[in-house]
Amino acid sequence: MAVLDKSAPATPVEGLAGQKLPPWALPALVGAVVAVAALLWATTGFAGRAGFLVFAVTLYLIAQSVVSFTVEGRRQSVDRLFTTLMYVAFLLAALPLVVITWYTVKEGVGVLSSDFLFSSMFRINPEGPGGGIYHAIVGTLIQSLLATLLAAPIGILAAIYLVEYGGGRPFARAVSLFVDVMTGVPSIVAGLFIYAFWILALGFQRSGLAGSLALFILMLPIVIRSSEEMLKLVPMDLREASYALGVPKWRTILSVVLPTALAGIVTGVMLGVARIAGETAPLLLLVGTNQRIEFNPFSGTEDPTPQASLPTYIFEQFGIAVGNTEAPAFQRAWGAALVLIIIIGLLSLIARLVARLVRVRG
Amino acid sequence: MSEQPTLGGATTPSVDRPQASNISGASVRPGDRVFRSAALTAGAIVLVVMAAIAVFLVYRAVPALRDNTANFLTFQQWFPDNDPSTFGIGALLYFTVLTSVLAMIIALPVAVGIALFITYYAPRRASQTLGYFVDLLAAVPSIVYGLWGFAFLAPRMTGLVQFMDKYFGWIPLFDYRPTNVPNNLSPFTASVILAIMILPIISSISREVFRQVPREQVEAALALGATRWEMIRTAVLPFGRAGVTSAAILGLGRALGETLAVTLVLSTAYEVSLHITENGGVTFASNIALKYGEAGEVGTGALIASGLCLFVITLAVNFTANLVIRRQRSA
Amino acid sequence: MAKSIDVSGVDIFYGSFKAVEDVSMTIEPRSVTAFIGPSGCGKSTVLRTLNRMHEVIPGARVEGKVLLDGEDIYGSQVDPVNVRRTIGMVFQKPNPFPTMSIYDNVVAGLKLAGRTRKAQTDEVVERSLRGANLWEEVKDRLAKPGSSLSGGQQQRLCIARAIAVSPQVLLMDEPCSALDPISTLAIEDLISELKERYTIVIVTHNMQQAARVSDRTGFFNLNGVGQPGRLIEMDDTQKIFSNPSNKRTEDYITGRFG
Ligand SMILES: Nc1ncnc2c1ncn2[C@@H]1O[C@H](COP(=O)(O)OP(=O)(O)O)[C@@H](O)[C@H]1O
Ligand SMILES: [Mg+2]
Repeated sequence: MAVLDKSAPATPVEGLAGQKLPPWALPALVGAVVAVAALLWATTGFAGRAGFLVFAVTLYLIAQSVVSFTVEGRRQSVDRLFTTLMYVAFLLAALPLVVITWYTVKEGVGVLSSDFLFSSMFRINPEGPGGGIYHAIVGTLIQSLLATLLAAPIGILAAIYLVEYGGGRPFARAVSLFVDVMTGVPSIVAGLFIYAFWILALGFQRSGLAGSLALFILMLPIVIRSSEEMLKLVPMDLREASYALGVPKWRTILSVVLPTALAGIVTGVMLGVARIAGETAPLLLLVGTNQRIEFNPFSGTEDPTPQASLPTYIFEQFGIAVGNTEAPAFQRAWGAALVLIIIIGLLSLIARLVARLVRVRG
Repeated sequence: MSEQPTLGGATTPSVDRPQASNISGASVRPGDRVFRSAALTAGAIVLVVMAAIAVFLVYRAVPALRDNTANFLTFQQWFPDNDPSTFGIGALLYFTVLTSVLAMIIALPVAVGIALFITYYAPRRASQTLGYFVDLLAAVPSIVYGLWGFAFLAPRMTGLVQFMDKYFGWIPLFDYRPTNVPNNLSPFTASVILAIMILPIISSISREVFRQVPREQVEAALALGATRWEMIRTAVLPFGRAGVTSAAILGLGRALGETLAVTLVLSTAYEVSLHITENGGVTFASNIALKYGEAGEVGTGALIASGLCLFVITLAVNFTANLVIRRQRSA
Repeated sequence: MAKSIDVSGVDIFYGSFKAVEDVSMTIEPRSVTAFIGPSGCGKSTVLRTLNRMHEVIPGARVEGKVLLDGEDIYGSQVDPVNVRRTIGMVFQKPNPFPTMSIYDNVVAGLKLAGRTRKAQTDEVVERSLRGANLWEEVKDRLAKPGSSLSGGQQQRLCIARAIAVSPQVLLMDEPCSALDPISTLAIEDLISELKERYTIVIVTHNMQQAARVSDRTGFFNLNGVGQPGRLIEMDDTQKIFSNPSNKRTEDYITGRFG
């Protein structure tokens, strides 16, 4: 072909084996950079540990780019630069997680005792040591349970509507869009709404139940979304097999579709519980605190008092300590935070285990 | 008639076969009807709740707004229960948007980096575990972020604040004017905490988007001799732009409504200031959390009015994000 | 320009599954080599080991030697990026970058290499599109997205994209299987033109196509499901289709199985 013949550009025939850094080069570079940074740090003592880290990482990025550029060329050095940046990004996320967990354990483990777990703050001088979080644990569990009892059935039914009946109808699309939008409703707004509706308009008192209503609003879209995903995963063949046997649609959904998706749905609900168990803002508005054990979520401000909960307890103790991190109240706040994290962690863990068990079976 | 069976059953009345029951009977069965209505009602609850939030907030906000003698949008102070009542969202709006946007700017590159790391750099086997690991950040309650921010992070920000003041102090944002050592209960610290809190949502949505990049596109780039980063630039990032954008907007929405982490970390001051590393600042949410206890009748209405503003803002932000991602999905 | 490939004793794995066993062959420069055989016998797998695209799949690995003009492409100092730059590839399903224009698709490979002076890229775009017999059809709409073309045009665009970086070898994995007969013919014509400059290896399940376009043909087969695929016979295309030396090749090309 004429076109091809005259067109041949004189590409330099390069070897396949471009210059490449030997495998020991980068570890050696890390060592060198750490040594230089440590030396500078020891002699000038600049900017603390975090400053040291930032300095060392920056220095390494520069050194690596220079070395790679001179040996391997521009493209390789850019590639290496971004590879390192990706690792740094991940470490930047891992660092706060590790530090928060570590710090909560460190600060909270001191007050942990069976006394702390199993007694309330009743007749305890809030400025002094002692007292516990039993009443708060009870409140958190009851309020979360109540919210779940509302959100789980309604959420699952709504998901069934979206997957089995909606079929892309405008109404279903609107519901679907608003589920996503509802996920973004700030928790304090949910709290304000229940305050305006339940307490101001309907005239109820502040109570554990009022808090649960706000938690329900926050949990509902989470349950709908996750259940919807799970229902969508149920293969169409299963439904058709059931219809072919003459089983009506509602029975097919209840006895074929739901059981198939059940474990996934349970996982979603539990992750939803984990998300709301630590919610604080609406509970501040709608429940408040209490020093005593109160099992009844319906008991109101004067009847005799509303429930405590772990998040509001932490906020209350933080307030009592007025910024003094050494105060006994601050220690109690950390202890409660640790217990709250453990409860949420356990919930998430069990939820993941349920999910994994199902994956093995399915 | 021939012996061949006819296809149109209606034209040949069947004598020997029992009449088939209504074929489209699914929707006529009582069980089906009840169940369908129940499911429909549950779906409608979502719309009802969203509408009710708007209605009740407006209903309670209006009287307080009538009593207000100051400009609600620009006034910076919050004295609803004074006589005359004066309050406005000037400071709230300013600091809410400031801290959230700053948080998003800090979080976005890191979150996208994490998502790329997990999808394209980490060993295949570890990637799911690493994903869970990052998602754990979302499981930490906001009050714990607040405690940690107050007790751990804020005291350790001094070096950074002084560094920025020294070298970037000519930018008003980073200028620290007081002469004492800062204790960093500032909008800047709040932004850093918020950035950590919205990392998981931005990165998990981005991860989802990157996972959907068609294999052929990735292979096309690699077969052209692209390095891994060049492959990401040619095939992954253009594909994921809309998804990452909406992830960032959703993260912004989360930051706007975050309450306790911010409340505990800000040393409240109702005065708009460019100097983000200095103490002060108050957001919609933190103002509500701080003032609800002492609020009288007008005060409560005023807080509800500010909550309404927050609701409208987050609604707009979330709508935008969802429209962006829905448009991408249908394209 | 065009280079030869020597494959000796290659085993190819997906994780612990051995997909291909003991393949040895020589691929001549400036010729078209066709791989035929029943589906699942490892043709694509072998093809993808020739430019180190195989290892893109997690857990996949290769044992044995693949020499490009005597240089081992799996050598420890070899950068797979350079290998893929030298040995271009066209896939079964046309895969232009959907977010890029026709023009940008063609120069995508050059942009990566950083050689992007406008005058020069204009020339490369025209030359590559002419080389892919697509120039006349698209010269007035170079700024349109690559995905706006028909399937056959998209595939030729992918070929233009592959030859724009001036590779030495061009690998094609069933490039016509997603195309209509007219587009198939256009691509077959193109292949016969391209072989004057490139070493071409093409996988096809269409034996007439192999007979039409190739100089040499390799026949792959496997002994049973779960067994690794093997290269049964490789010879001049004429010989394979008229007088194969292996019984199983004969059975396959006469349509007795597969
Ligand atoms: N990505 C993959 N992961 C695991 N096994 C694969 C993968 N791709 C192909 N295989 C297996 O390798 C063998 C050869 O496949 P392939 O090379 O695609 O065959 P052909 O192209 O000849 O039809 C088949 O058994 C196939 O199942
Ligand atoms: Mg194949």
